[in-house]
Amino acid sequence: MSHPTATVSSPATASSAPAAEPAPVIEIIGLSKRYDSGFEALKQVDLEIRRGEIFALLGPNGAGKTTLISIICGLVNASAGQVLVDGHDNVSAYRAARAKIGLVPQELTSDAFETVWNTVRFSRGLFGRKPDDAHIERVLKSLSLWDKRKNKLITLSGGMKRRVLIAKALAHEPEILFLDEPTAGVDVALRRDMWEVVRELRASGVTIILTTHYIEEAEEMADRIGVINGGEIVLVREKQALMRQLGSKQLTLQLQQPLASVPPALSHYPLALDEGGSVLVYTYDASDPNAQGQVPISTLLNDIEAAGIRFKDLHTKQSSLEEIFVKLVRERQ
Amino acid sequence: MNLQAVRAIYCFEMARAGRTLLQSLVSPVISTSLYFVVFGAAIGSRIQEVEGVSYGAFIVPGLIMLMLLTQSVSNASFGIFFPKFTGTIYEVMSAPISYFEIVLGYVGAAASKSAVLGLVILGTANFFVDLHILHPFMMLLFLVLTAITFSLLGFIIGIWADSFEKLQLVPLLIITPLTFLGGSFYSIDMLPSVWQAVTLANPVVYLVSGFRWSFYGISDVSVVASLVMVFVFLGVSLAVVNWIFRTGYRLRP
Ligand SMILES: Nc1ncnc2c1ncn2[C@@H]1O[C@H](COP(=O)(O)OP(=O)(O)OP(=O)(O)O)[C@@H](O)[C@H]1O
Ligand SMILES: [Mg+2]
Repeated sequence: MSHPTATVSSPATASSAPAAEPAPVIEIIGLSKRYDSGFEALKQVDLEIRRGEIFALLGPNGAGKTTLISIICGLVNASAGQVLVDGHDNVSAYRAARAKIGLVPQELTSDAFETVWNTVRFSRGLFGRKPDDAHIERVLKSLSLWDKRKNKLITLSGGMKRRVLIAKALAHEPEILFLDEPTAGVDVALRRDMWEVVRELRASGVTIILTTHYIEEAEEMADRIGVINGGEIVLVREKQALMRQLGSKQLTLQLQQPLASVPPALSHYPLALDEGGSVLVYTYDASDPNAQGQVPISTLLNDIEAAGIRFKDLHTKQSSLEEIFVKLVRERQ
Repeated sequence: MNLQAVRAIYCFEMARAGRTLLQSLVSPVISTSLYFVVFGAAIGSRIQEVEGVSYGAFIVPGLIMLMLLTQSVSNASFGIFFPKFTGTIYEVMSAPISYFEIVLGYVGAAASKSAVLGLVILGTANFFVDLHILHPFMMLLFLVLTAITFSLLGFIIGIWADSFEKLQLVPLLIITPLTFLGGSFYSIDMLPSVWQAVTLANPVVYLVSGFRWSFYGISDVSVVASLVMVFVFLGVSLAVVNWIFRTGYRLRP
């Protein structure tokens, strides 16, 4: 089990992948991290990030998300393993590797007495780029920070500080952007704005790796999803495939008359009664219509009708990524 | 060489000094003036010439050294400690910069500041006493090398310190006593012979002595010894900085 990514790759993902896969933009090989305290934060992580994708890294608190990102970005030394950024080893060829990366850290940090404009300009210089005020103006405008450019950072709200960190990360026009919980503590409207910015970046060819605790964020944004738990990558999958594959669906019927039990005529279906017999629930796998014991919905409905059961209303529900995620993490514990 | 980055750090640090101009320039000038009033005028009037130099003039090089050492250390240590403390250091550590470039930016800025400060104090001293500088080039060399060396020391302290207390501790407990006992305000000859021997173990003695020599041609120890000591400090500081970055000590967990 030292290569969890290999074990989870299913025929479904293999067949949907393009024939000649382009080189990954980030390649992580056997990465381990043991902190000085002796704590093993990463255990033999293998992961590939595809060029131009949005990759969401999910995992509970302390799973190792920030540690993983910190090693890639050069903030933390790995104990073992290798990271290639666009083919450049991030230790021996750190200049080439780091120049391609922009990082928005999880913690809000800022030079309190600097102005927005100066701090973003500083970031560009730090990454060895010639001053380009037009670019910085574009970045600030896209993040609705243009009006605040002369403000000292200490005068900004938390959400604005977060945006300043994003602007700083974009100042040197990186090809890869890491967002470590970019929307923590950000209100709904601003979160939508940020998603928009991220989508625009993706459209311009930037690869984005984000961590989040808002599953809806991953569901909304990501092309692929990785789940990390206890320092191990437990799953990497296309979001669509993941939702299809692991997502069971439920058909719920509100009955006109409560039932005491499921009639024998319907006993071969996986049916359950709920809410004191007034609700009939049918659980099925939407991704595989030929699964054992499964028939088309219309057949089921006909049989229910024939059994003399009348219903007022019906609806279906697909399990969310959140449920899938919680299930996965629990299974591993 | 990522010159843009060196420039960015250097300018950032200089701008920080600009914002705190009062603290970084005016206060050392005021305290130096006070030294002159107390030591130069009040005490100096009772002390005769020291080796042919009036006492007021005699203490000028020592005073500049005192300021140079304390300001270099405090400037440089704060410059690196603060981003570490607030967390903004992440950006520097994730940038495509070599260790050497980071040191060049931070230590270069701190050393420039204290070297300028040294010159400002020299100008201030000129108001109080008649100054001659016998060896201006050597004077500048000592000034610049000391500024760089002790800025490096400050940089090391700033990385080592994980609290504000520790940041203050070394300057307070080590640098200041060593400078006061380093012959800033007296010639070593004035001490009993036992203490003369002890004093020679104080590295600051060599700096003050060499610096004073560049002014008046008089010294406690030979100029060559002073120069050698400056380079030894510089070498040791560079070695420690090199070790810090190689191991990631307190910077990269
Ligand atoms: N410098 C450090 N020294 C020792 N242990 C550390 C250090 N940094 C992190 N850890 C430990 O490593 C584990 C992973 O931490 P990490 O910050 O990577 O988690 P995370 O997935 O980002 O969590 P969160 O969702 O809370 O941000 C945690 O148990 C943490 O306590
Ligand atoms: Mg984290």
